[in-house]
Amino acid sequence: MNLARLVLREIRHRKINFALSLLGAALAVAAVLATIGALRSHDLQTEAIISDMEAATQSEMKKLEDEIRKSMKGLGFNIYIFPAGQEMSEVYADGYASKTMPESYVSKLADSKIVTVNHLLPSLTQKLEWPEQKRTIILIGVRGEVPIAHRDPKAPLIDPVVPGHLVLGYELHRSLGLKKGDPVTFMGKEFTVGDAYEARGSKDDITIWMNLGECQELLGKVGLINAIQALECNCATLDRLGEIRAELMQILPDTQIIETQSTALARAEARNQAAATARQQIESKKAQRAQLKAERQKLAGVLLPAATLVSMIWIGLLTFINVRERLPEIGILRAIGVKGRTILGAFLVRAIIAGLVGGAMGAAVAKFVSPTILPKEWLIAICLAPLLAALGAWLPSLAAAQRDPADVLRHD
Amino acid sequence: MTESINSNSPDASADTEVRPPALCLDEVNKQYRTAEGHVQALDEVSLTLENGEFVALHGPSGCGKSTLLLMAGGLLSPDSGTLTIAGGHPYALGAEARAAFRALHVGFVFQQFHLIPYLDVLDNVLVGELAGTGGDHRERARELLDAFQLGHRLHHVPSKLSIGEQQRVALARAFLRSPALILADEPTGNLDTENAAIILEHLGRFAASGDGAVLMVTHDDRARAAASRSVEMRDGQLV
Ligand SMILES: Nc1ncnc2c1ncn2[C@@H]1O[C@H](COP(=O)(O)OP(=O)(O)OP(=O)(O)O)[C@@H](O)[C@H]1O
Ligand SMILES: [Mg+2]
Repeated sequence: MNLARLVLREIRHRKINFALSLLGAALAVAAVLATIGALRSHDLQTEAIISDMEAATQSEMKKLEDEIRKSMKGLGFNIYIFPAGQEMSEVYADGYASKTMPESYVSKLADSKIVTVNHLLPSLTQKLEWPEQKRTIILIGVRGEVPIAHRDPKAPLIDPVVPGHLVLGYELHRSLGLKKGDPVTFMGKEFTVGDAYEARGSKDDITIWMNLGECQELLGKVGLINAIQALECNCATLDRLGEIRAELMQILPDTQIIETQSTALARAEARNQAAATARQQIESKKAQRAQLKAERQKLAGVLLPAATLVSMIWIGLLTFINVRERLPEIGILRAIGVKGRTILGAFLVRAIIAGLVGGAMGAAVAKFVSPTILPKEWLIAICLAPLLAALGAWLPSLAAAQRDPADVLRHD
Repeated sequence: MTESINSNSPDASADTEVRPPALCLDEVNKQYRTAEGHVQALDEVSLTLENGEFVALHGPSGCGKSTLLLMAGGLLSPDSGTLTIAGGHPYALGAEARAAFRALHVGFVFQQFHLIPYLDVLDNVLVGELAGTGGDHRERARELLDAFQLGHRLHHVPSKLSIGEQQRVALARAFLRSPALILADEPTGNLDTENAAIILEHLGRFAASGDGAVLMVTHDDRARAAASRSVEMRDGQLV
C-alpha cells in the first residue's frame, strides 16, 4: 500500500470531483495559451499587412519614378542657369542665351555639395542658318547628364549624342527626307543621322542636336556653354527658387537662374505627395494595429490572471468539498498512525495530477485553436498548471491534515 | 492469565514477569471546556489491562466511555495523570512519533467500521502501511482475511460486502500488526446477533492469545458476557 495507489483509487472513485478539477485546469491553461497565441497572431498579421503595404508603395513609387525619368527625357528640365550678364528679354525672344560661360561650371556644380538641384545638363544653343540647306534651325550641343559627385550615380537622363551624329527634329527630317543612318552635311562637316524625332509641335521640330564638343568647335566656342539645365530637388520648400538661388550663388556667383514649369516637376511633386500619403497610411495603420494590440494586451492582462485565479479557486473549492466528504476517512487514517503530512500529500498529489493532466488537455486544445503557441510556452503552462493547482488546493489540504482525529471519530 | 501469556519462545518466557500491561491509566483526568461550561469527561480514572484481558466498558450515554477509549488510543491527551500503552508513554511523544506509536501498538474498531470506500478489502486491511513504519504485511493480511472467511473477497470494495463482512475487514485492519491494544467502540452496535458473535469471538481469541488486550465499549449484554472482565463507568468515574 502506498500513497500513489491511494490517490489513484480515490480519483477513480470520485470521478466527478476530479473531472471538474481537470476541467478547471484545462480551461485555465487553454484560455491563457490561446490568449498568448492570439497576441502573437496579431503581431504576425500586423507584420504581413505592413509589409504588403510597403511593397505596394514601393512598386507604386518605382512606377512614378520611371514616369519622371521618361518625362524628363522628353520634356526637359525646369531650372535654367545662365551667365550672369545675360539679358533675359533676349532669352525669352530667341529661346537661348547669347552670352556664354565656361563648360567647367557644370563640373564645379557637380563636384559641390549642392542639394537643391539635380540632373545637371550643360548645353550650347544657337539659332543659325543651315548653310547647306538654306534654312533656319536651332542647334543644340549636348553632352548628357553630369552626375553629381556626392550623390549615387544615376542613369543619365538624356542620351548624349554620339560624336559624328546628329539628331533631327521632325520638320527637318521630314522635309529633307532623311531618316536614321542617312549621311548628312552640316556646316561643311559630314554627319550621320543618329535619330529622327517624332513631331512635338514645338521648336524642337526644327532643332538639331549635336555632341557638345563638336558643336563648340563648329561655332568657334570651345569650352563654352550658354545654359545649364537642372531639375529642382524634391526636397525644395515653398520658396524653392530663393533657396536654390542662394545655394547656387555660393558655388557659381557668376550666373543667374530662372525656373520654368515642367511636367517632370509636377510628376515629381505628385510622386512626393503619393509617397508621403503612402507613408502616412502605413504609419496610421501601424498606429491602429498598435492600439488594437494595446487593447488586446490590456484585456489579456486582466484575463490571464483572472483565468489563473478563478481556476485556482475552483480547484481549491473542489478540494474543500473532497476534504469534507473524506473527513471520516481522514480520521481513521490518522488514528491508525498515518501522519498529517501524508494526508496533506494525498490531497496535494491529487491536485497536482489534476493540474498536470488538465493542463496537458488544455494545452492540446490551445494548440488546436491557436497554432502559433511556442513549445516553450506550452512547456511552461504544463509545468505551471500543477503548481498552481497545488497552490489552490493548499489551504483545504492543510486543514484536512490538521484535523484532530479524535474530533472526527468521537461523533461516530 | 499467566498461562495465556506463555509463549514457546524461552526469551519471551523469561520476559513474562516484567512484561508491561497493555494499557495502564493512573488517576487520569479530562475536562472539555466549552462556552456553556466545563465537562469533566474523565474523573480520576485508573485502569489497568494486562495482556490477555478482554475488558468490556459500559455505562450511560455521555459518561465518558468514548473519551476514555480515544485517550487509550493515543488520540486525546489527558489533562493530568499518566497513561502507558505496552509500557510506552504516547503523550510524551511529538505528533509524528505518536502517530507511529499508534500504528505499531494500537488497533481501532468502530461501530461504523470506517472502511475506506474506494479501496478493496486487501488494501483496506493494509492501509496502515501508509503510516510509514515499514514492513510488508500482505501475507499477514491474507492470513487474517482467510481466517475471517474473506479470502475470496480480497478485491471487492466495502460497498459490495455485507455489514458483518465489513466489520470483519475492519477487525483484520486492527489486528494486522498484532498491536498490544485493541480498542473497540460499540463494534457490534450495527450487527445482527450472528455477526456480533463472530466479532466477539475473534476479539476474545485475540485477547486469549496473550499478546495483547482488548478494551471494548458496549451497551450489549451479550458482548459484555463475552468479555473476561466488565467495567462500569458513571459521570467520568469507574465504579
Ligand atoms: N469535544 C467535546 N467538547 C465538549 N464536550 C464533549 C466533547 N466530547 C465529549 N464531550 C462531553 O463529554 C462527555 C463524555 O462524552 P463521551 O463521548 O466520552 O461519552 P460516551 O460515554 O461515549 O457517550 P455515548 O455512550 O453516548 O457514546 C459527554 O458529556 C459529552 O457531551
Ligand atoms: Mg461514545
